[in-house]
Amino acid sequence: MSGRRNWLQRLRQESAIPGFGLALGYSLTWLGLIVLVPLAVLVLRALELGPSELWRIISDDRTRAALRVSFGLSFLAAVVNGIAGLAVAWVLVRYRFPGRRLLDALVDLPFALPTAVAGIALTALYAPNGWLGSLLKMIGIKVAYTPLGIFIALVFIGLPFVVRTLQPVLEDIDHEIEEAAATLGARRWQTVFQVLLPTVFPAWLTGFALALARAVGEYGSVIFIAGNIPYVSEIAPLLIVIRLEEFNYAGATAIATAMLFIAFVLLLIINLLQVWTRRRLGHV
Amino acid sequence: MFKKSLFALTFAGLVALAGPVSAQSTLLNVSYDPTREFYKAFDAAFAETWRAKTGETVRINSSHGGSGKQARAVIDGLDADVVTLALAADIDAIAKAGKIKPGWQKRLANNSTPYSSTIVFLVRKGNPKQIKDWDDLVKPGIQVITPNPKTSGGARWNYLAAWAYGAAKANGDQGKTQAFVASLYRNVPVLDTGARGATTTFVQREIGDVLIAWENEAFLAREELGKDEFEIVVPSLSIKAEPPVAVVDANVDRKGTRKVAEAYLDFLYSPEGQKLAAKHFYRPSKPELADPADLARFPKLNLVSIDDPQFGGWAKVQAEHFAEGGIFDQIYKPTN
Repeated sequence: MSGRRNWLQRLRQESAIPGFGLALGYSLTWLGLIVLVPLAVLVLRALELGPSELWRIISDDRTRAALRVSFGLSFLAAVVNGIAGLAVAWVLVRYRFPGRRLLDALVDLPFALPTAVAGIALTALYAPNGWLGSLLKMIGIKVAYTPLGIFIALVFIGLPFVVRTLQPVLEDIDHEIEEAAATLGARRWQTVFQVLLPTVFPAWLTGFALALARAVGEYGSVIFIAGNIPYVSEIAPLLIVIRLEEFNYAGATAIATAMLFIAFVLLLIINLLQVWTRRRLGHV
Repeated sequence: MFKKSLFALTFAGLVALAGPVSAQSTLLNVSYDPTREFYKAFDAAFAETWRAKTGETVRINSSHGGSGKQARAVIDGLDADVVTLALAADIDAIAKAGKIKPGWQKRLANNSTPYSSTIVFLVRKGNPKQIKDWDDLVKPGIQVITPNPKTSGGARWNYLAAWAYGAAKANGDQGKTQAFVASLYRNVPVLDTGARGATTTFVQREIGDVLIAWENEAFLAREELGKDEFEIVVPSLSIKAEPPVAVVDANVDRKGTRKVAEAYLDFLYSPEGQKLAAKHFYRPSKPELADPADLARFPKLNLVSIDDPQFGGWAKVQAEHFAEGGIFDQIYKPTN
C-alpha cells in the first residue's frame, strides 16, 4: 500500500469482511432513488411558488389549524401508545400465560389491516348508534366525528410500532441485572425507574418516533371517523387532497412541504435525544 | 324481456371472449360515483346496438369515483375515450390541460347534457323534524348531512341549490345569502369527502335529520334500503344539476376510437338511451322519448340553472365559491 489514501479509504474501518465500498454505494443509490428523489421533486415544486407565496399558504389560518390538528393529535397518540405499548411489551416478554402467542399475533393486526377498514370499523363502533358510542353517549362523550375520534384512530394504528421496537430490547435484559440491583439494596420501584426504564429508553424513543411519524401521515382511517370540519377536525393530509381537488397542485405541494419539514425536525430532535441518552446512560 | 336479452348479451360476450377476437374495440368511460347502475345497463344496450349496426364487437369499461378525482386521473394520463362527469367545471379542467378541444360543450345537444338531475332531501320515516323546505335546514338543532363541496361534485350542486334558495329569499342580497348558507353549514356535523360517504353516514350511522342528495341517489337509497325507512322531501326551489359528457379528443385520435366514442355519446340522446336514463332516475333531456310512467316519478319543482345570471356558469362559480379563499372557505372562517 502506498501512502496515497483517498477519502473512501479514510472512512473505511478495518474489518475482516470485504465489500464496504460496494455496500455503501448500493445503500446510497437505493436511498437516493426511493426516498430522496421523490422528496426532492416535492420540495422543488414547492420552491417554484416563490418564498412569499409559499409562506402565505403555510401561514394561512386554515393550513395552520390543520397542521395543529395533525401534529398535536399525533403527538398525544404517540405518548399514549408509548405508555400502553411499554406495558403490553413488558407483559408479553416477562410473563408466560395461556394465549400469549395469540395476543402477540394480535398486536400486528393494525399493521396488516387496510387503513380504510380500520376507519370504518372504528366509526361503526364509536358512532352514536354503535356499541361503544351508544354507551359513551349516555355519559355525554362524543367520539366519532370529533377530534377525539381522530385520536382513537391514531392510537389504534400506532400501537404495534412501540410494542415491536421494545420487545427485543426487553428480552435482552438479563434477570441478573435486576437481581444485582436488589442485592445492592434497591427497592422494587427503584429497580424499575433507575435500572430498567433507562435501559429501554432509547428503544422506547424509536418506537415513539415511528408511531408519531405514522400517525402524522395517516389518511385512510382518519377521514372516516374525523367529521372533517375545517378548523376543528380537518387533518393536514385531507387539506392536501382538498387542494388537489381544486386542481391547486401548488397549494397541495406547499402544505406537503410544510408537513415534511415539521416531521423532519421532530424526527431529528428525537434522534438527537436518543444519541444524548445513549451517551449519558451508556450503550444498550 | 330485458333480462333475457341481457343474458343473451352476457353469453355472447363470453363467447366473444373465449373465441378468437375479431374487429373488437374497447371504450373506456370515466364517470362519477352514482352513475354506476345507469351505465351498466346503458353499456350493454349500446354494445348490442353497435354490433347490430356495424358487426363490430365493442367492449365498454367504466370507471367510477368522485368527479374531481376522475378528472385529475384523465389529466394525469388515464386513457379515457369519453368522460361523463358530475359537472362542467371538471371537464373544463381536462380541456384546459389540452386533452379536449375548447368549445366542447357546444358539440352535443343541450349543452352536452343528455340527462339532468336535481337536489332533494332525504329524511327519516314520518319526517319527525317536519322538514319541508330549505328554511327548516337552518333552524337550530337540525343536523344536516352533506359532503364537502371541495372534494365532491355532487356536494357543489347541494351548496348551489341552497345558495339559489337563499338568494331568492334575500332578493339577491349577497351578504344575506352568504349568512343563510353559512348557518346551514353550521348545522352540518360531518363533512364527508364523497356523496356515497354522506349517504352511509346518514343511513348506516344514523347521524343527522336530513341528507341533501342527488335526486337519483335519493331514489336509489330509498329503493335499496326500503321505503319504510326514508322519505324524499322536495324543496320549493332547487338547482338543475347538469352532468355533461364529452369525447376526450387527444385519446380517441391516438387510439383511433373516435367513431365509436362519438356513437356512444350520441346513443345517450337516442330513444333507448333516454328511456334508460329515466328508468335510472335521471331526468332525460328529451322527455318525449322516455316512458311516461318513469317521468311521472319526477316531482315538479322550480329549478335554477347554473347559467342563470346569479351564477353565470361554472367557470365563474368555481372561482367565486369553491376556489381557495372563496365564499365556501369564508363561511368556515371562525372569526365571523
